[in-house]
Amino acid sequence: WKEEDGVGVLGRELYLKSLGIHNGKRRVRGLSSSSSPRVCIVGGGPAGFYTAQQLLKARQNAAVDIYERLPVPFGLVRFGVAPDHPEVKNVINTFTQTAQHERCSFHGNVNVGKDVTIDELRQAYHAVVLSYGAEGNRSMGIPGEDLPGVFSAKDFVGWYNGLPSNKELHPDLSFETAVILGQGNVALDVARILLAPVEMLKETDITQNALEALAGSKVRRVLIVGRRGPLQIACTIKELREMVNLPNTRADMLPADFEGIAEALKDLPRPRKRLTELMMKAVKEGGDDKAEKCCGFRFFRSPVEVLAGADGKRATGIRLALNKLEGSGESARAEVTGQLEDVDCGLIISSIGYKSIPIDPAVPFDPRRAIVPNEMGRVQDTAGLYCSGWVKRGPTGVIATTMNDSFDTAHVLIQDMEAGKLDLSVNKPGAQAITALLQTRGVRTVLFSQWEKINAEEEKRGKSQGKAREKLLDVDEMLKIAWS
Amino acid sequence: MSACALRVFLQRAAVTRKAAQQTFSQTRAFPQCVTGSYTHSKGINTLTNSLRAEEKVTVHFLNRDGKRISVKALTGESLLDIVVNNDLDIDGFGACEGTLACSTCHLIFEEAVYKKLGPISDEEMDMLDLAYGLTDTSRLGCQVCLRKDLDGMILRVPDVISDARVDSEKESSTAPPKV
Repeated sequence: WKEEDGVGVLGRELYLKSLGIHNGKRRVRGLSSSSSPRVCIVGGGPAGFYTAQQLLKARQNAAVDIYERLPVPFGLVRFGVAPDHPEVKNVINTFTQTAQHERCSFHGNVNVGKDVTIDELRQAYHAVVLSYGAEGNRSMGIPGEDLPGVFSAKDFVGWYNGLPSNKELHPDLSFETAVILGQGNVALDVARILLAPVEMLKETDITQNALEALAGSKVRRVLIVGRRGPLQIACTIKELREMVNLPNTRADMLPADFEGIAEALKDLPRPRKRLTELMMKAVKEGGDDKAEKCCGFRFFRSPVEVLAGADGKRATGIRLALNKLEGSGESARAEVTGQLEDVDCGLIISSIGYKSIPIDPAVPFDPRRAIVPNEMGRVQDTAGLYCSGWVKRGPTGVIATTMNDSFDTAHVLIQDMEAGKLDLSVNKPGAQAITALLQTRGVRTVLFSQWEKINAEEEKRGKSQGKAREKLLDVDEMLKIAWS
Repeated sequence: MSACALRVFLQRAAVTRKAAQQTFSQTRAFPQCVTGSYTHSKGINTLTNSLRAEEKVTVHFLNRDGKRISVKALTGESLLDIVVNNDLDIDGFGACEGTLACSTCHLIFEEAVYKKLGPISDEEMDMLDLAYGLTDTSRLGCQVCLRKDLDGMILRVPDVISDARVDSEKESSTAPPKV
């Protein structure tokens, strides 16, 4: 190590400046040939891609590598967004551009935490960004939750969206009534997919096995249950409007749930007001009596037990506790009243939130909030480690929310580079070293160009069925095609 | 049907990203100013010749960093088209590519200009409701087409929830938490 003062050979000055080091004292370990900052991103969903995008834009010499556990990129855009919302998936175009950027590379089929540790990544890169999202789900914590017939919305959505780990879900759709706990957009997506006419779904990228199961479904009535009132409902108006306009489906609401709501309307901000007005319209108009299906909200109800039939073998109903509201507005709380209500149903879907899980013992994790503790995206007490997306903030928000959040993390990271908080004078080997390490462990990565082979195959198979794509459900099959 | 409708369609067809395989979004949401329907796409080639000459209009974007970006654009183009075609440096603008599936092309208009704009559909309002920093003169840029009488208008690009210190409780008070 040599310490030099601010005056140096012009060439070296420029080299050091290119590393963003502007303070008077510099540490020089000779002139290295490569001084570009190398950043590693863990997770190939929207958070990962948007963080990468911003880093590439803000630093003209930064190289970014995205690691993803599955052979296929895009995370919840591929596995979460409903099949009948293809426009929302347009962001894939911008992600594709990012992946194809000369300073970016995608590495699929890498399980960070198992195939390679966070510490190993931190050794190979100047900075590591955790963008691995929320793959778990909040449990209701009630008896009977594990009975056949009860699913998390995460798994149900994963099933119709072709997530490999959910391909054997085989939900039994032979019951008339389904109850969904939770009233966010995911709950509304599930209800809509359960009740939509098959004609509406058959040209989408919904998986063929889900399409066939839905075509044979006997589900005719879906209740979407929330523990608070209409003014606290978490879904947004677009999704509510789609439910109201669903063909052959009438609204099944309880006027009692809406007592006092009309009076509260005038003080509401516009978005909440329009949402509430649309719900009230559905209560009033009810819908076509000839409709064969119905969908309704039930408010002020919390699940307390899943009821099993006489043989105890599967769910046949759900016991709900009736609540009253304390306070008002977004911060109103549900309080128990002691009253109970049983609803017969054969399909129960709990849609009360996704949840992040720890990835590696070296990374701090807050089990109460189920996020990686951080300050503005800088992981607590861990220099060079950052986070973006749901693992940073918690599992709420639309893609645009994650986009802005990811841009924030990227800005903070760049700031740290420019302030010298990340030592860019040290050469880091990046993907070269990690790929070699993975090879010694028998792990082969999937490059973006190889994902494109999977993509082409899915589109090809879809075309023959008149669908946007037919997703591959099996990881081994994906790998075979990727490496062919 | 107006030549503008055709112009908008052609402009949309011409929107390309720099180095990407461009797959067209499945349902392009035509803004209110387009009086025609999708069937106007037929016979484009023959109609192109009879298009009125496009008119150039100046539009000013006031970016989040306070900088003003002035561009000349053609009547009939949507404000999203203008941002994309001129590669304006507005972070995250137009994520859903003009299909009314996000609110990232949110723009704030001067009051006098806002009043001159065409009617807003329920679908646009539904997405606008989710925009951070919503104002009484807000619109989604993908739904507003340029006209001669909008020459010289100043469009403010609103701030987004870009301060990570703002936790979810402080998020836009007008929008419920959502997934």
